[in-house]
Amino acid sequence: MELENLNPNVYDKVGERKITNEEENDDITDEFDSREIFDIIRSINDPEHPLTLEQLHVLEEDLIEVDDKNNSVNILYTPTIPHCSMATLIGLSIRVKLLRCLPSRFKVAVKINPGTHASEHSVNKQLADKERVAAALENSHLLRVINQCITTK
Amino acid sequence: MGKLEHVQTLTKHVGRVWNVCWHPKGEFLASCGEDKTIRIWAKDGNRWVNKAILTDGHKRTIREVAWSPCGKLLASASFDGTTSIWDKKSGEFECNTTLEGHENEVKSVSWSKSGQLLSTCSRDKSVWVWEVADEEEFECAAVLNAHTQDVKKVVWHPFEDILASASYDNTIKLFKEDKSDNDWICVGTLESHESTVWSICFDKTGTRLASCSDDKTIKIWQEYKPNNPEGVPTINNESTWKCVCTLSGYHTRTIYDISWCHLTGLIATACGDDTVRIFKEDENSDLNSPTFSFVSSNEKCHNEDVNCVRWNPMIPGLLASCSDNADVKLWNFNE
Repeated sequence: MELENLNPNVYDKVGERKITNEEENDDITDEFDSREIFDIIRSINDPEHPLTLEQLHVLEEDLIEVDDKNNSVNILYTPTIPHCSMATLIGLSIRVKLLRCLPSRFKVAVKINPGTHASEHSVNKQLADKERVAAALENSHLLRVINQCITTK
Repeated sequence: MGKLEHVQTLTKHVGRVWNVCWHPKGEFLASCGEDKTIRIWAKDGNRWVNKAILTDGHKRTIREVAWSPCGKLLASASFDGTTSIWDKKSGEFECNTTLEGHENEVKSVSWSKSGQLLSTCSRDKSVWVWEVADEEEFECAAVLNAHTQDVKKVVWHPFEDILASASYDNTIKLFKEDKSDNDWICVGTLESHESTVWSICFDKTGTRLASCSDDKTIKIWQEYKPNNPEGVPTINNESTWKCVCTLSGYHTRTIYDISWCHLTGLIATACGDDTVRIFKEDENSDLNSPTFSFVSSNEKCHNEDVNCVRWNPMIPGLLASCSDNADVKLWNFNE
């Protein structure tokens, strides 16, 4: 298979999360924050490069919004090139990973960072359509590809 | 202000429940979902109980179920690309007919009032009309490719052979048979929603249609027949359907379903913000620019998205809803 983006920019990974005393205390309820969401998805693999979405700057902690009380998680991701044909697959992998890791009360929205993809609107609409996402996840071939992306190496 | 009282929660399904449908006599409720089963519920004393489970009809999610107007047949639309017809001739529900032809997921199924026509729609962008020759013989009468995207819902007019469809292409389309050559044609495109139209529902007169969308609004459409006194232009002697009311600001997420009660005139909505809302037309509402008021809601009445709401056709105020959270709930609306 020919690579679409031959020489992507590769960035450093961030360090480990610093654990505070409050977090060690079982009597205090820890709300989900953007760093925690980032840690769940940062290690998702790019479909074509042996690199993570964090290393390609597809995902950044600053582009994750969490409102624990209102059960909402909003994620913006940045495809490596504006015509990336893998954009939907990447977004779907992020959705599936969070679907499996977060409590079901969360409403997860995964969208393309505005202005970074030629088909931004149609990719966003497809990712937001839970019926189409559900149907896609019943497709065993697609599910296998997604599972490969979200399995931490 | 009315109040929506919780009657009972029905929990048997595993995973998302996509749809519920009342039997025309109002005594049975069918539900379906991700677990590939259909469950039939009925009242036993004061409680609703699960009377039957229909399995092995589909290989993938069952998206929607629909009772025939005579109440003897049940149709089910599935992501496996087929529509099954179930009957009870042997005493138990059995799938004796499977309708094939769609290229991928079937999203919706609906019976015409006469029971002689059935319609299905799919992600393959097409709407199919089937003629019922006898109870087990279905012939494809039309394949309609008017939509440019995934078709989410098909609904027949309450008494005429007019079909409405709603799509991911943001439009609603109306179809009927051209009697001169028996061809089914698109007779109207209703444009106003800014995103996917998830569901549509006629009022009891069939001259008004309510729609709900991913754009978080409800719209009311009014039919203007040729030579209408209001002077609304019509083309080719076909009615014009005009959006006469938009209800915005009430829903915080996608509205997945809408049900317009033919007994009480109340409108119920199912929303991705876990809430069921009820709307009522104002008493002095003008037909050409009607006004509807929000009368009640049960905030977060399900723990996850509400996928479907259906008013009981015989018992005023009895409402069924179902959710991603695997449950079906029954409500009683008291004005």
